[in-house]
This record gives sequence, structure tokens and C-alpha cells, in this order.
Amino acid sequence: MKIFEAAKAPIRWEERNVTAIRGPGGKWMIPPDAKESMDKNKIGLKGPLKTPIAAGHPSMNLLLRKTFDLYANVRPCVSIEGYQTPYTDVNLVTIRENTEGEYSGIEHVIVDGVVQSIKLITEQASKRIAEYAFEYARNNQRASVTAVHKANIMRMSDGLFLRKCREAAEKYKDVKFTEMYLDTVCLNMVQDPTQFDVLVMPNLYGDILSDLCAGLIGGLGVTPSGNIGANGVAIFESVHGTAPDIAGKDLANPTALLLSAVMMLRHMGLHGHAKKIETACFDTIRDRKVLTKDLGGNSKCSEFTEAICQKMKDMD
Amino acid sequence: MIPGDGIGPEISAAVMKIFEAAKAPITWEERNVTAIKGPGGRWMIPPDAKESMDRSKIGLKGPLKTPIAAGHPSMNLLLRKTFDLYANVRPCVSIEGYKTPYTDVDLVTIRENTEGEYSGIEHMIVDGVVQSIKLITENASRRIAEYAFEYARNNKRMSVTAVHKANIMRMSDGLFLRKCREVAENYKDIKFTEMYLDTVCLNMVQDPTQFDVLVMPNLYGDILSDLCAGLIGGLGVTPSGNIGANGVAIFESVHGTAPDIAGMDLANPTALLLSAVMMLRHMGLHDHADKIQTACFDTIRDKKVLTKDLGGSAKCSEFTAEICRRVQDLS
Repeated sequence: MKIFEAAKAPIRWEERNVTAIRGPGGKWMIPPDAKESMDKNKIGLKGPLKTPIAAGHPSMNLLLRKTFDLYANVRPCVSIEGYQTPYTDVNLVTIRENTEGEYSGIEHVIVDGVVQSIKLITEQASKRIAEYAFEYARNNQRASVTAVHKANIMRMSDGLFLRKCREAAEKYKDVKFTEMYLDTVCLNMVQDPTQFDVLVMPNLYGDILSDLCAGLIGGLGVTPSGNIGANGVAIFESVHGTAPDIAGKDLANPTALLLSAVMMLRHMGLHGHAKKIETACFDTIRDRKVLTKDLGGNSKCSEFTEAICQKMKDMD
Repeated sequence: MIPGDGIGPEISAAVMKIFEAAKAPITWEERNVTAIKGPGGRWMIPPDAKESMDRSKIGLKGPLKTPIAAGHPSMNLLLRKTFDLYANVRPCVSIEGYKTPYTDVDLVTIRENTEGEYSGIEHMIVDGVVQSIKLITENASRRIAEYAFEYARNNKRMSVTAVHKANIMRMSDGLFLRKCREVAENYKDIKFTEMYLDTVCLNMVQDPTQFDVLVMPNLYGDILSDLCAGLIGGLGVTPSGNIGANGVAIFESVHGTAPDIAGMDLANPTALLLSAVMMLRHMGLHDHADKIQTACFDTIRDKKVLTKDLGGSAKCSEFTAEICRRVQDLS
């Protein structure tokens, strides 16, 4: 929020807590004031939430996903100059269907020692995510969309997913459409990630690939993420953990949340401010003078933040 | 020896030549495994191939072409079912001289290869809603876990990591994980850890040296084994072994048949050769295995005689001759 203020970004923040509460009828839900705020504003920025262990309620991330029908998880992975990894020039986006697939949660014991887990693929969800991927590609001037699948093995389920992608591709002739097996994507990704652009895929594959790609650019500490929901809701979030061991000590790296906020600005059409903040952040990291510990330096979070604010003032 | 299709025959010939130069105590029985229709109309591998394998127990296989309108199922699938090839094993070791963004990769992926997500059981529930069933059984999970720990012990590996998503797939991956934990109890000399698949991928591309032996269900194995092959340079240099019930073991290169260069003496036999080395180790012939592997790695490291895919311009026969020469020098 400090960096946004320094950038004079036209954003007003409404802070809300989403810790689950029990609603009438005993069902777990996010607090009504949080829901009301999000339904009204449509756009949210979220930090890490701790996983409840014996809290009785389900994961808040899951609750948010269901409450706002957050069907698309979007992670742009761009190499950060100054933060060295074995790869340079990574510039791709993973778009993961986030409501069904392998994460349906439907499992049964058939007989003792035999368990089945059901993967559900529907025409609706596949069509929706495919259309989102092509829209995203078009709106962000991306050259191609690749559907990632295993339809050679899962002919019906991934086959359905693939068909919907092909159908959506017909409506977006300006965007190149390709298809690739998931294992081939992984094999090629670690040898030459520059061959990839926008990737769209079902839930589990998205879970894996989005983390793989985050690893290519340096990990969850520097990777932005956005969740797109029905009815125009979009929640951007850092995907790292809560890091309880350094909490409250002014040691944290705000890059992931900041880049997620930049993604948010772009989603809202505020490209000028997005560019300014992103450039200030990348320049600070490239300079390597003021870096938090995880980036290889020994600065405080406040110092790193201040350095970014300073760069923006210098840009004005 | 199942030479396979495309470049299969020439790389198989290369391997046999190198084995001869190394004086490896192997006699080869060449067989073709193209499916035929048996009595009753069911597709099967030719009886003489099955008989040979049941007797010898050990096989080396080149790439097989995927049948498109041939009417019969994939031969790889047929082989898997015929010999109950339940474990797919891929050791991934960085090859000095063949540069990738990683050095010092030295891990092994062990993939359960009979069930899981590849059960092939799918249904249309209603129009536009499809389900695909992932099956995990206690028996298969226990069997692959035991294989992984045995492998670790026999190959002096320090740890086995179970890769799973039991936080999401509580019952199925939960069962798999439980079996791994139970087996770990019988192998206290091996360190046992567990890691989510997504975390493995995240960490693998940042620092693969943290991994040793990895064991996992079918789909995760499919992905991770290819990911790891990519780390060391791709399918052209990656060995692979399939372990079956009743002592059968078939080692194979996992690249394609490369029809565009078949018969032109351009192919790179490294993947098949390293699979053959894996085979020798499986048979306890460690000296011959080391000799051949060293000759192969030295040739690549020297960068003087390399096939095109390795960055050189040598023919397959020249690359093979160079390895043979080194093998003889090492004897």
C-alpha cells in the first residue's frame, strides 16, 4: 500500500478478514462483510492465509474459491533480471482451471485396499477456461495459447477439455493455438522455456505446471498470481506461505504480493501505474544494492520498500 | 533384444557392437514384438517373443512406433500387461560435456506403472460431464514402495521420497503414502521423506541435487520422469528400465523412432546404451557396466566425436567406434 501511495495509484483499500465463521444453518462461510465488500468492489488483493489444522473449518482458500467461483488461476512467470536462476528470458503464463478436474474431492473405497478417486471434466468449465485463456491472450497481446493435456491416455476427460479448447480457438483466429502432452511440456520446459507463451490446462496439471514455472523464475517469493471469478470478481494473491518464523520482524520480501498487485492494476486497465511500479521493483532488484535476505541481500522489508518508492519518485 | 522401429535397428546394432568390444557376457536373442491376433481374436505379442523373454527374463528394447490405424493397441501397453511391468525406473545423471542448465543431477524416478490415473476407466455421466477414474490399490502401492526401497538399498542410495498429493486426494494418494510409510519401517537404513508433487516440481527446477530416489503413482511418474530427463538433456540421453513380476526386466530407450533419420547412420545410441548399462547393473555385471558407461561419458566429454543431437557432426557408426575404442583401452 505504501508503494501504491508513492506511485499515486488511484486505489482505495478496504481491509477485510476472511477467517471462516459459521453461518445460520451451521455452514462455514466467509464473514458477510468480507463478501459484501468483494461483491461490491469486484477486485481484491490477498496475502498468505495460514492453513487451519484443527480449526474445524475448511481451508479459507477453498472457501474463497467456492464463494466467488474463482475458476481461473493465472500465473505470469517472467524472469527477473538480477535474481539469477538457471533460466533467463522466461515469459509465459499458466492458466489453470481451478474448480473441477482431479480436485473434485470425490473418492471411495471400492473394497478394502482398493480406492478410486474421480476426475470430473465438464463441457461448461472447459469452455469457460478456454475462452478465458484466449481472451487473456488477446487482451495482453500474447501470440499463442497451448492446451496442455493427456488426451492420449485420458481420452474422454482430457479429450473433452481439448475439444473445448479447439472450439474456442476457432473464435480467436488472431491467436495461435497449439496442443501438447503434459509430459512433453515438462520435458521441453526445463530445456527451453522460451518456447512457451500462454498455457491452459485442467486443475492438477495447472497445479504442477504453475509451480514448476514459478521455480524457473525463482520461486514463490517472486511469483504473482491472480484468480478470476464469475461476475467480474478477481482476487490477486501471493502464493507463498505465511512465514511465521520471520513474521513481524521487518524481514519479509513483498515482491510476490507487489507483482500480484501490479497484475491487478493491469486487470483494471491501469497500465501506466502498473508499468511504473513493476519497473521500480525490477530496477531495485537488478541494482542489487537493497535486497531482502531471500533475494540474496540483507536489507529490511522497509528498506526494500523504501528503495522501490524512491525509484518511482525518481521516475516522475 | 527388441530392436524396434525407425532408428531402433541401427542403435541396437551399435549397442551390440559396444558390448562385444567390452566382452560383456551377453548373448542376444532378437525378437519382434509387433502384436498379432491370437486364438480367440485377442491381440498379443508373438509367442516366440514371449517365450524368449520368459526364459531369459532380461530384455533390451529400442523405440516402437505408435500404431495409428493398425487395429491393435500400443505395443508398449501390451508388453506392460504381458509381463506385469509394474515399475518404471529412470536414473537421471548429468552428463559432463552435454551442457544443460544443471550440473550434478543424480536422482532416480520410480513410477508405479500399472494403475493410478491410467486405469483407462472413463464414463460420460450426462452429456457434457465426463469422469475419469484413478485407481489406487494397496497391493500395487506396497509393491512399488518395496521395489523403491530395495532399489535404494541395492544401489547404495541414501533416501527415498514419496511424491504425492494426499492433501487433496486423501483416500487414493493417502493409501499410496501409507504403504510407503509402512515399507519404510522395514528399511531403517534408508531415509524416508514425503513431498507434495507441486513442491517437488518447484524445488526440482531450482535445485535438483536435493533429490535422490523418488517413488510415486503413475501420472506423477509420467510427468516427473520426463521433467528429470529434461534436466539432463532429454530423451536422447536418458536410460529407462521396466521391472516386472517373476523377475522380468526390460530396459529401453524412451525416445521416438525418429523416422526422418532412420537408416542414415545419424542416430545417437546413448539412451539405448545407457539403458543397456542399467541392464548390466541389474544383472550384477557392474564392471562391464562401469567400463561401458565410462567409455560413453568420456567420449561425450571430449566433444570430438559427437552425433548431431549432441552438438557434433559425427555419424552413429563413428560415435560407436569411438566408444568401442575407449572400451578396449579401458580393458
